[in-house]
Amino acid sequence: MATAELDIYHLVKLQAVPPDWPGGFWWHWLFFTVVIIGFVLTMVMGVIYIERRGMGRMQSRLGPNRTGPFGLLQPVADAIKVLLKENIVPTAADKLVHWLAPVVAFAPALMLFAVIPFQNGALLADLNIGILYVVAISSVSTMGIFMAGWGSSNKYSLLGAMRNVAAVVSYEIPLVLAIVGVVLISGSLSLNQMVVAQDIPFILLQPLGFLLFFAAGCAEINRSPFDLMEADSEIVAGFHTEYSGMKFAMFYLVEYAEAVAISAVITTLFLGGWRGPLLPPWLWFVVKVLLVFFAMVWTRTTLPRIRIDQLMAFAWKFLFPMALLNLFITALQVLADWPAELAWAMIIVNIAVMAIIILIWSKFFFRLGGGRIEV
Amino acid sequence: MTITLSAKEVASKIEENFPGSVVESSRDNLVVRGDSLLDVARFLKDTEGLDFDFLNFITAVDYYDHFEVVYLLSSLEHNHCLTVKTRCHDRENPAVPSVISLWQGADFQEREIYDLFGIKFEGHPNMKRIFLWEGFEGYPLRKDFI
Amino acid sequence: MALRTEPFVLNMGPVHPSTHGVFRMRATLDGEVVVDIEPVFGYLHRGIEKLAEQRTYTGTIPLTDRLDYISSMSNNFAYCLAVEKLAGIKVPERAEYIRVIMAELQRIASLLIAVGSFLNDCGAYFTPFLYMFRERERIVDLFEMVSGQRLTYNYMRVGGVSQDLPKEFMPALHKFMNLMPRFLDEYDRLLMQNEILIARAKGVGILTREQAINSSASGPVLRASGVKWDIRKADPYSVYDRFDFDIPAQESGDCYDRYRQRVEEMRQSLRIIQQAMEQLPPGPVRTEVPHLIRPPAGEAYARIECPKGELGFYLVSDNSIAPYRCHIRPPSLLNLTALRDMVRGWKVADLIIIFGSIDITVGEIDR
Repeated sequence: MATAELDIYHLVKLQAVPPDWPGGFWWHWLFFTVVIIGFVLTMVMGVIYIERRGMGRMQSRLGPNRTGPFGLLQPVADAIKVLLKENIVPTAADKLVHWLAPVVAFAPALMLFAVIPFQNGALLADLNIGILYVVAISSVSTMGIFMAGWGSSNKYSLLGAMRNVAAVVSYEIPLVLAIVGVVLISGSLSLNQMVVAQDIPFILLQPLGFLLFFAAGCAEINRSPFDLMEADSEIVAGFHTEYSGMKFAMFYLVEYAEAVAISAVITTLFLGGWRGPLLPPWLWFVVKVLLVFFAMVWTRTTLPRIRIDQLMAFAWKFLFPMALLNLFITALQVLADWPAELAWAMIIVNIAVMAIIILIWSKFFFRLGGGRIEV
Repeated sequence: MTITLSAKEVASKIEENFPGSVVESSRDNLVVRGDSLLDVARFLKDTEGLDFDFLNFITAVDYYDHFEVVYLLSSLEHNHCLTVKTRCHDRENPAVPSVISLWQGADFQEREIYDLFGIKFEGHPNMKRIFLWEGFEGYPLRKDFI
Repeated sequence: MALRTEPFVLNMGPVHPSTHGVFRMRATLDGEVVVDIEPVFGYLHRGIEKLAEQRTYTGTIPLTDRLDYISSMSNNFAYCLAVEKLAGIKVPERAEYIRVIMAELQRIASLLIAVGSFLNDCGAYFTPFLYMFRERERIVDLFEMVSGQRLTYNYMRVGGVSQDLPKEFMPALHKFMNLMPRFLDEYDRLLMQNEILIARAKGVGILTREQAINSSASGPVLRASGVKWDIRKADPYSVYDRFDFDIPAQESGDCYDRYRQRVEEMRQSLRIIQQAMEQLPPGPVRTEVPHLIRPPAGEAYARIECPKGELGFYLVSDNSIAPYRCHIRPPSLLNLTALRDMVRGWKVADLIIIFGSIDITVGEIDR
């Protein structure tokens, strides 16, 4: 499908920020590093507030409303509290592994933001393999989680860490296949190019891909309904049972920073990134990220969690075949060189195909449940 | 309404099959001998018309010179119940056969009686204290404990 | 070539977010699969049976509150019935109806907690739990009107209840009865066909009919396995034979059926309360009994259908002011007898759900 140049988007500032703005490579790097760190930390505080307040309201209670107006300073209070707590390390723990685990888990979450565009060309490094970098880096934090589980010398942590590794490995594949659909339509692996190519947001052209990515993304970052890695009611707190103080804060940060990162990737791939009329582009980006995150909070509050073998069955027997089908149909549409004027027809066809595939697959081929083993 | 079976009638039936096992039977008091308890219980559970398949509770009472272990059996099908008791005159090492092979519900209750009274149930696979910790001296619910 | 594995022991200790109180389970796991389980209790053993021998008959009533502390009215009811049976005391009509209303309201409150915490164990992060507690708040407010307490009510006395209903009770009860059916329907819409709940709970932790009867299970656990046995119908006590209600029962005895059973029982309780409200007669609420009751020597066993099962009190009296022996038949302890067979072969996550679906209160197990 050729990149459309419809002029209804003349209000979008489509002129690109040059790659060495404001003044040379190192100034660009410094500016964006500061922006990314500031953005991540502020957004994490914002999403923590949205989660707690949103979940509270959905559960017919108030949520934090004492610290500051409407409880807006609650995350600040949490941060200060957590910094002042004692750092307890179990005596039987592997000290080096226990200490390194939060670092290894947090660094990739920050590094993901290097390739996400805040405005046209406004990103730390416009890699032309952008999305491949994202997929590669996001898997590294699993290492950190497994180090945490093993280094704590606690059976609960080990159970949680094993579950996490199994889940992340299983859900990588539908995640990547959903991305490939978008890559086929936009014709480039670079995230900036993908946003520029979205005259029609890809959520309409790839509805099945969006749902697959959302589900697989939630599983990658341990959000409900896949949060059995840190299932409060079963294994106390999973891999971060034995952490306290600043290290626990790092894991907490990791969870929310990855949530923001996945939301940002979803926004970039499917919702049109920074594109939108009237408001400045970076503001559109923030708004869309927050909307996607709110959808994640919504699913967390509503759905119970599934069991580990059901989680893996869901990935391998449900999401993976649907991802393959999605890829196949997208490839056919791209090969057939669908003309830009009939894009609306493609949207309708895709949505219908998605509905039919999901209905048929869930009714006839796939059922969750069961699983007793003879002992 | 749940009918409480007359102990005298049931006693006469038990005497037919296991002579000498009934010690005392009045209107609602049926006492059997300790060593024939298991046979009597099996008879009560398996006989047509009696069918006592539900064990309501087991408890013990300390009457200063003997212990009395009380069983309340019910039949869900016929909706009748019966109280069976057995006495244990030995205060040093009281022992009663266990009915866990007939009703699995006796499991925790027999351990509780051992824990609080000291009555051992022969044939129970896991005769350990249940509420108090291992190494606790004495049996609290006996009348001479406090 | 098979990989050599070794089962390990995981101690879900007395302090755990999901063991519903201080209850310890030593689970032997092979990976995630439960091979064996050994429940350990006694962490809340307070010696209530021994204490009852040293208190008067009326003085034991507050002790019975603390048995199954989330359904205190039922405990009071059972104990007072046992003493009245022993001593031959008759209870006035109005008191009987008030007792029935309180017992059924207590049943709804306790079943709300049971369902809410079951769903919490399934992972629905507190949302249904808090919704259930919203309804329980209304019931607890009603109880606070009559007894001044929110948890351990100490409301019933030997011979009746301690005081009459205040004048704001009946309007508040009417308001509650108008609101509650709508909420039960709302919960059904939200939860009954939820895919994830069905996947987690259907077919999991099956307790067959024969096993349930053999292990002395009672209450919703027994009825969910297919046995239509309810003491309110089979052996009616108080004025339950004057009401018209059904006994729901399910077929397969898995966790989902136990959850459905509890929801259905809540509906039947609403029916009973409605009829009791309409038939409530005026009159005294307590017969005159001496302060220190001296029942004649003998023994008595009285049982009620409490929210967890069959709660019974076996009292032996020797004509003194305190019971000679007071034994409490705990439904939670006996419902747990089959836990080991229900759990073997399932995973850790299922262990928590199966345990939560039995619905225990440790105060009753340990007494």
